[in-house]
Amino acid sequence: MTTEPFLAPVTTPAERREWILRLLTGTQRVDRIRRLRESIILSLLFLSALISVATTIGIIYTLSIETFHFFQRVSLIDFLTDTQWTPLFTEKHFGIWPLLTATLLVSAIAMLVALPLGLLAAIGLSEYASPRLASIVKPILEILAGVPTVVYGYFALLFVTPLLKRFIPQLEVFNALSAGLVMGIMILPLVASLSEDAMRAVPQSLREGAYALGATKLEVVWRVVVPSSLSGIVAASILAISRAIGETMIVAIAMGQVPRLTLNPLVAMETMTAYIVQVSLGDTPHGSLEYQTIFAVGTALFLITMVLNLLSYRFLQRFREVYE
Amino acid sequence: MTAHEVLPIDREFTPRLALRKRLGTLFGILSALAIIIGLTTLGLLIADVVRDGWHVLSWDFLTSYPSRRPEQAGIRSALVGTFYILILVAIIAFPLGVAAAIYLEEFAPRNRLTAIIEVNISNLAAVPSIVYGLLGVGVFVRTFMLGRSLIAGALTLSLLVLPIIIIASREALRAVPPSIREAGLALGASHWQTVRHFVLPAALPGILTGTILALARAIGETAPLITIGALTYVAFTPKSLFDPFTVLPIQIFNWISRPQAAFHERAAGGIIVLLAVLLLFNGLAIFLRARLQRRIRF
Repeated sequence: MTTEPFLAPVTTPAERREWILRLLTGTQRVDRIRRLRESIILSLLFLSALISVATTIGIIYTLSIETFHFFQRVSLIDFLTDTQWTPLFTEKHFGIWPLLTATLLVSAIAMLVALPLGLLAAIGLSEYASPRLASIVKPILEILAGVPTVVYGYFALLFVTPLLKRFIPQLEVFNALSAGLVMGIMILPLVASLSEDAMRAVPQSLREGAYALGATKLEVVWRVVVPSSLSGIVAASILAISRAIGETMIVAIAMGQVPRLTLNPLVAMETMTAYIVQVSLGDTPHGSLEYQTIFAVGTALFLITMVLNLLSYRFLQRFREVYE
Repeated sequence: MTAHEVLPIDREFTPRLALRKRLGTLFGILSALAIIIGLTTLGLLIADVVRDGWHVLSWDFLTSYPSRRPEQAGIRSALVGTFYILILVAIIAFPLGVAAAIYLEEFAPRNRLTAIIEVNISNLAAVPSIVYGLLGVGVFVRTFMLGRSLIAGALTLSLLVLPIIIIASREALRAVPPSIREAGLALGASHWQTVRHFVLPAALPGILTGTILALARAIGETAPLITIGALTYVAFTPKSLFDPFTVLPIQIFNWISRPQAAFHERAAGGIIVLLAVLLLFNGLAIFLRARLQRRIRF
C-alpha cells in the first residue's frame, strides 16, 4: 500500500491549521445546504398534512354556498316543518322529514342487526376463541366490510327481498326491511372489529382478578370486560350509526325512490343519500333549484354524521387515556 | 365510598356453579352463532352472485362495450375506466398520504394545530362518501372546470381515500421502535435522514398494505362518482384525462336498475369480475406484508 498522498503536503503546523479550517467550513457549507433542503422537505410534508384541513374547508364551503342559495328560495321553516318532499314535481314541497325518517328507519333496522351481532362476535373473538382461531376468523369477517356497497345492493334487491317475500307477502319490491338487514350485516365487522380492539386493551390482570374471586366466564365478560371497554364499544356503535346514515348504494338500489313519511319498513321510501343519487343521475342544470336541493340535503347529512363522528372520537380518546 | 356493606350472616350464598358455568358456555355458543351468521351471509352473497352471473362470463363479456341488448353487453369501458382511476388515485393519493403521515407521526409539534389536523382526519375518514361526491361537483367539476372527466373522478376519490392512507401509514410508522430513530440520530444523521433511511424503509410494508387496501376501497366506490356525474352508459374508452368515463360499480348499478332479468345477470357477471379484482388486491396486500416483513425484524 502507498502512503496517503492527501496528507503529504500538510507538514507545518500553520498548514495543518489551514487544512483543518478548510475542512470545517466545508462541512458547515454542506450543513447549511442540508438544513435548507430539509426545511423545504419539512414544509412540503406539512403542506400535505394541511390538505386534509383544506378538504374539510372545501366540503363546508361547497355545501354552504349552494345551501345558502337554496335557502334564499325556500324558507328554513318549510324545510324543517313541511311533511312532504316533492322538489321534482310541479307542486313543490321541501320538507326534509320524509327523507330523514327513511334514513333513520333504515339505520335503526341496521343497528338492530349490527349492534347485538357485532358485540357478540367481538366477545367471541376476544374472550372465547383461541388467539389462533381469532386471527383466522377476524380477517374473513372483515371481508364483509370490504365488499363494495353496490354488491350489497344487488344482494338486498335480488336475494333478500324475494326470500323475505315468501314469509311476508305484502312486502314491496323496494323496502326498508331488506335494505336495513343487509346494511346491518355490512356494518357488523366495523362494530365487531373496533369493540374487539377495545376488549383486548383491557388488562389481563383485571380478568385474572375476577377469576380469582370466583367469577365464571360469563361474569368476567359482563361484569369486567364489557364495562371496562365500554367507551370503546360506545365509540364503535356511534361510528356504526354514522356509517348507516351515510350509506348510499344499498338504499339507492333496494329501498326505492319514493319520498314518503312512514315508519312502515315494508314499503318503498327514499333516504337522503338515495335522493342525492336520484338527482345526480338526471341531468340537472347548475343553479337550478333541484341542483341546490342535493346540497341542502348533503349539508344535513354532513352535519349529522360529523356530530356523530366527533362524539365517537371523544369516546375513543377516553378509552385510550385509561390504558396507555 | 360508604362503609362495606355487611352481608346478613344468615343469608346463605349458593354458588350454583354448574348453572353459572352453563350460562357461560351458552353465551359462548351465542357469540359463535353471531360470527357464523356473518360468515354465512358472506357465503350466501358470493354463492348468489356466482350462480346468477357465472354463465355470462366470457372473453366477449370482458371486451365488449355496453349495449341495449343484454346478450351483447360487456364491461370493456368500465374495466378500462376502473384501471385508469386506480392508477390516477395511486399517483395522487399515495405520496400525499405518506407525506402527511410522516409529518404527523415524526415531525409535528404537540400543539393545537396538530390536534385539529388529527381530529379532522378521523372525522374525514367517516364522512359519507357521497359528501365527497358533492365536494367533487362543487370544486373539481364546476370551479376547476374539469367537467365530468376522468381526472375529476380521480381527484374526488383521492381525497376520499387520503384519510385511510394517512391513518394506516401512521400506524405503520408508530410500529417502528424508537430505538431505530435513536440509533440513527446517534450516528449523526439529521432528523430527516433518520426518517428517510431508517424509519421509512422499516414502515414500508405496513404503508404499502394500507395503501393497497385504500385503493381497493376506491375501486369499489360508486356513490361519489355518480354524484360528480360519471356517465352510466359509455360506449368508448377515455383517451385523455379530460374524457368522460365509467367504472365497474357504476356499470353494475346501471344494470341492476334496469327491469330486465337478463341485465341483472350481466350485473352479477360484473360483480364477479369486481370481486375478483378486489380479491387480487387483498391477496397482494397479504403477500406483500408477509414478504417484506420477513426481511425486517426488530
